[in-house]
Amino acid sequence: MAAPTTLPSALADAVRDESSLRRFLHGLPGVDQVGVEQRAAGLGTRSIKKAAKLHAIDLAISMVDLTTLEGADTPGKVRGLAAKARRPDPERPDVPKVAAVCVYPDMVKTAADELVGTGINVASVATAFPSGRSTLDIKLADTRFAVEQGASEVDMVIDRGAFLSGRYGQVFEEIAQVKQACGDAHLKVILETGELVTYDNVRRASWLALLAGGDFIKTSTGKVQPAATLPVTHVMLQAVRDWKSQTGELRGVKPAGGIRTTKDAIKFLVAVNEVAGPEWLDPHLFRFGASTLLNDLLMQRRTQLDGHYSGPDYVTVD
Amino acid sequence: MSDRVTVAKTYKLYIGGKFPRSESGRSYPVTDSKGAFLANAAQGSRKDARDAVAAARKAFPGWSGATAYNRGQVLYRVAEVLEGRREQFATEVAASEGVALKKAQSLVDTAIDRWVWYAGWTDKIAAVLGSSNPVAGPYFSFSTPEPTGVVAVLAPQQSSLLGLVSVIAPVIASGNTAVVITSQDRPLPAITLSEVLATSDVPGGVVNIITGRTAEIAPWLASHADVNALDLTGAPESIRADLQRSAAGTVKRVLRNKASEDFSVTPDLSRIRAYLETKTVWHPMGV
Repeated sequence: MAAPTTLPSALADAVRDESSLRRFLHGLPGVDQVGVEQRAAGLGTRSIKKAAKLHAIDLAISMVDLTTLEGADTPGKVRGLAAKARRPDPERPDVPKVAAVCVYPDMVKTAADELVGTGINVASVATAFPSGRSTLDIKLADTRFAVEQGASEVDMVIDRGAFLSGRYGQVFEEIAQVKQACGDAHLKVILETGELVTYDNVRRASWLALLAGGDFIKTSTGKVQPAATLPVTHVMLQAVRDWKSQTGELRGVKPAGGIRTTKDAIKFLVAVNEVAGPEWLDPHLFRFGASTLLNDLLMQRRTQLDGHYSGPDYVTVD
Repeated sequence: MSDRVTVAKTYKLYIGGKFPRSESGRSYPVTDSKGAFLANAAQGSRKDARDAVAAARKAFPGWSGATAYNRGQVLYRVAEVLEGRREQFATEVAASEGVALKKAQSLVDTAIDRWVWYAGWTDKIAAVLGSSNPVAGPYFSFSTPEPTGVVAVLAPQQSSLLGLVSVIAPVIASGNTAVVITSQDRPLPAITLSEVLATSDVPGGVVNIITGRTAEIAPWLASHADVNALDLTGAPESIRADLQRSAAGTVKRVLRNKASEDFSVTPDLSRIRAYLETKTVWHPMGV
């Protein structure tokens, strides 16, 4: 196995071969389930109001990966989504644009054409999303296709079957190869935490993905329940924080699926600030994978500025 | 053995088919007409109103999409459950309004009859208020009444059950959903009505009942962009004009009936008509 970057000796040792990788991952400290859930719930009760809330809403909007991953997607729908990404609230040009638009590989070209010159990234899911059940060749071809079409970010899924049966080397190899196939594109590694069962597994999968070269670790595909929960995101934020303290590199986290309200989004931002640090309050290091969240953020933004409650009649239907 | 100690009640709100505490955590004592303590009621806040509007909006497609016949059956079922609680309502109305039990009983009976009267209208509204229109062209043109949407109802302050029923029933009969701010000082019959609604077939969110200070919550409902109509019957005189002004900001339908409305007389269709829109369809024919 080849380490993707120059790592400090402890981590370089970990990726030497499969058995040392296993030893490293199983040597990670266990997650205190009660503790992490209590801490997540405690941070969730922070009250963010007025100017701070408005700031949080704008930050959250700029962190959204506006997503459509449905069998029924059409070029028209993707173009509509791209328009919304550029100008989320057409009546208010001061609303920041979102971070990226996330689509299936065959829609990447449509999205990329719409977003030329806007600074908004095009993210594409790849590697037999959402199940990840295919051969490595097909997964790599899927990735290359997405990048050729113009994706600047690739969201890959890990092989949960292999991970859960303990074939860590295989998962590592897959991520490393997909990372290579990505070229300059950013790689987000979807752990699908809803299928990993325990927090210990989430921690191991996070480290595995970081070791293999993932630029982001992402909670879920959005197709499995439970998706992004606060405690799981806590564990992943701890992983990127520890990664930075050991290597000096900044890696990102992306919770996706199930975050629908502004209140939820702000809870995640509080967690980012408290667990990882204020450095991560940046669209380059923290993203929300969401579709309905954006409308709620826009409605809340209007509520803050207008002084009365807004309604879904005043935002786009999508 | 000593006398039994009565169990004092602290009631909650009725939002989305559930009975949550007020988000604010507040409650206030409810007294009878002579000032004796009856129970504690939840003192709703603007955020409770916001949650209630969200619940009402969520319930709207299902309730307005149900057949008129089905809505009628659901409302008849409510009348049955009301009938079963007749004694409780009479006691509460007597205590709240300071009337004799016999008078209270007659008020409750009228209220139940009023509910049945509106239940009967559900599947007749379209026939009476709809029309096929004579047009000069090869079209069949017809108009049908459609519910307005989410209606915020400020319930009458004096008539605690008959008045309440007379303002809620016409809203939901035609397929609207309602957010009701009860009488501030006489909320007990409304709370019992919420228990009736929760145990009959009315889907959660169709009627949401908030107890508390009308003048505190009403402005938030009047300006709320997701509320489509506002019934000012129970609005304090001092804020009526302000409520109308802010309701105009999102072009709400506003029903400006006087607080002194007499609910004992059999009504006409005006309250049903107030929360209806007209949809007209031009259908090509003869081609």
